[in-house]
Amino acid sequence: MITVESVDKHYEDFHALRGVDLEIASGSLTALLGPSGSGKSTLLRVIAGLEVPSSGRVILDGEDVTNLAPQQRGIGFVFQHYAAFEHMSVRDNVAFGLKIRRRPKAEVKEKVDELLRVVGLDGYQQRYPSQLSGGQRQRMALARALAIEPAVLLLDEPFGALDAKVRAELRTWLRRLHDEVHVTTVLVTHDQEEALDVADTIAVMDAGQIAQAGRPRDLYDAPASEFVMSFLGPVARLGGGLVRPHDLDLSLEHREGATEAQVQRVVHLGFEVRVELLPADAPAGAEPVVAQITRAEAETLELQAGDIVWVRAPLGQVPGVVAA
Amino acid sequence: MATVASSERGAPVRRRAGVHRRARAGGTGALPMGVVTVWLSVIVLLPLAALTAKSLGDGTGSFWHAVSSRAAVDALAFTLVVSLIAAAINAVTGTLVAWVLVRDDFRGKGVVNALIDLPFALPTIVAGLTLIALYGQDSPVGIDVTYTRTAVLLALLFVTLPFVVRSVQPVLIELDREMEEASTSLGATPGQTFRRIVLPNLRPAILSGAALSFARAVGEFGSVVLISGNVPFRTEVSSVYIFKLQESSDSPVAAAAVSVVLLAVSLTVLVGIRVLERRGGDRGHA
Repeated sequence: MITVESVDKHYEDFHALRGVDLEIASGSLTALLGPSGSGKSTLLRVIAGLEVPSSGRVILDGEDVTNLAPQQRGIGFVFQHYAAFEHMSVRDNVAFGLKIRRRPKAEVKEKVDELLRVVGLDGYQQRYPSQLSGGQRQRMALARALAIEPAVLLLDEPFGALDAKVRAELRTWLRRLHDEVHVTTVLVTHDQEEALDVADTIAVMDAGQIAQAGRPRDLYDAPASEFVMSFLGPVARLGGGLVRPHDLDLSLEHREGATEAQVQRVVHLGFEVRVELLPADAPAGAEPVVAQITRAEAETLELQAGDIVWVRAPLGQVPGVVAA
Repeated sequence: MATVASSERGAPVRRRAGVHRRARAGGTGALPMGVVTVWLSVIVLLPLAALTAKSLGDGTGSFWHAVSSRAAVDALAFTLVVSLIAAAINAVTGTLVAWVLVRDDFRGKGVVNALIDLPFALPTIVAGLTLIALYGQDSPVGIDVTYTRTAVLLALLFVTLPFVVRSVQPVLIELDREMEEASTSLGATPGQTFRRIVLPNLRPAILSGAALSFARAVGEFGSVVLISGNVPFRTEVSSVYIFKLQESSDSPVAAAAVSVVLLAVSLTVLVGIRVLERRGGDRGHA
């Protein structure tokens, strides 16, 4: 259990964290999600002890660690750019924390071999980091962090430096690893898809504050603000409020609460059809509203560019719409 | 896992591409090659050959006699030992200076940084006079080291100051700070992080900087000649000894012979540096 209590962090001329309160449950995989500059990495580094908060407290499993040096916190930290010890073999990299703790040689060897098996780097013991690909380096870094059996595993944009394919693979792999190892894990990312895919809890950060924290579904279905809603998925703006494109309801006749709009473009994306609409009351030069409908719906409506349709958010259930 | 491994095989391919590129760029034409050959011959190789030939002009017997005389051996031994000490001291203090210049922020940092190169730019005889002004017979601080071995060491330290600093500085700037943070998070104290993470990464740079300052110290003349007093068997270094042979004793062949020995020492050091650098580079970029 990690508790962050009203943490503030000032840099010379930058207020990075503004009264952050956050509770992270033991054994969970939590994503800190936010745009760059939102303070998510700073918060992670404060938890690790790599940054000292200007005020506030960090509590790990009931112990106040705010003034504890990072090396005494028992935390595994994984960096975006791997931070591999370039002058050491893969074996020595993973063994580093154990050697610092003066564990018996046989135990270290056994533990390292086991971890390298877990991360899929068995047989790479004698290699050097420069002989590994990015994905392999990051898995080595994970093994290195896990070797000290940390109470908490902190990952700072761990897949940010990898290409899309490797990133997706490692993401799935991390999720499986977490199910096996069960260590409390906090992952910093700016990629909402990554957060939704991997995490069981998401804390969305904006301008040094937690905008909302909760289960991915709850955040998606009941966002607390326009910021959270627009950060967690596609949005369309209709009548001064935000709505998910797939929640928009199109019809050829006028209905209660519907807005008149002209079809600008119909894009067929296989099962999904995207309809770009220009509401009749939209100011000149406004961005079109994008509605997402199924292929069956599109065929029933027989939409073409130039058609007039009526569009509305689902009646009685206007989850995402926040008055502007 | 097999799919991950197969999609991550970039490095070896890239290296092979590099070799191809180098091979293609290899043919620069006969003219530049010829100019370089002539230039290096005229400036370096032929004079060296002439010196070697001259040293053997009176036969190998007199060559051996010249280099094995007590004065020659003592001068050489002193030169090598004092240069080694200077290199060792530089390895420590130079690394420290580079560390402060890279990692600490203080007013006047730019000035200090520029000052490091001054011993490089200064004519070495001026360096010698500078030291005499402070540590000579009329020393304003009451410290007189003239005509002692300490004076020679001091002069050598002065002129070799930049080598380690300038070789370590760029490596330290490039050094991944996150490596140190990773070490810290894994439980290492600041001392352990320095010994196990920082120092091994700086080692090739420290060694090559120290080797360069050793090579420079072995050949140093200008800064030493005044402050050392050139006391035979005590403070006389090889370069000064050679100068005396040539100018005062009128023994140009003996001077050439001792020079060849000094030359061999420098060459060995330079080759040693290359080997060290290659070994340091191999692991980093294999």
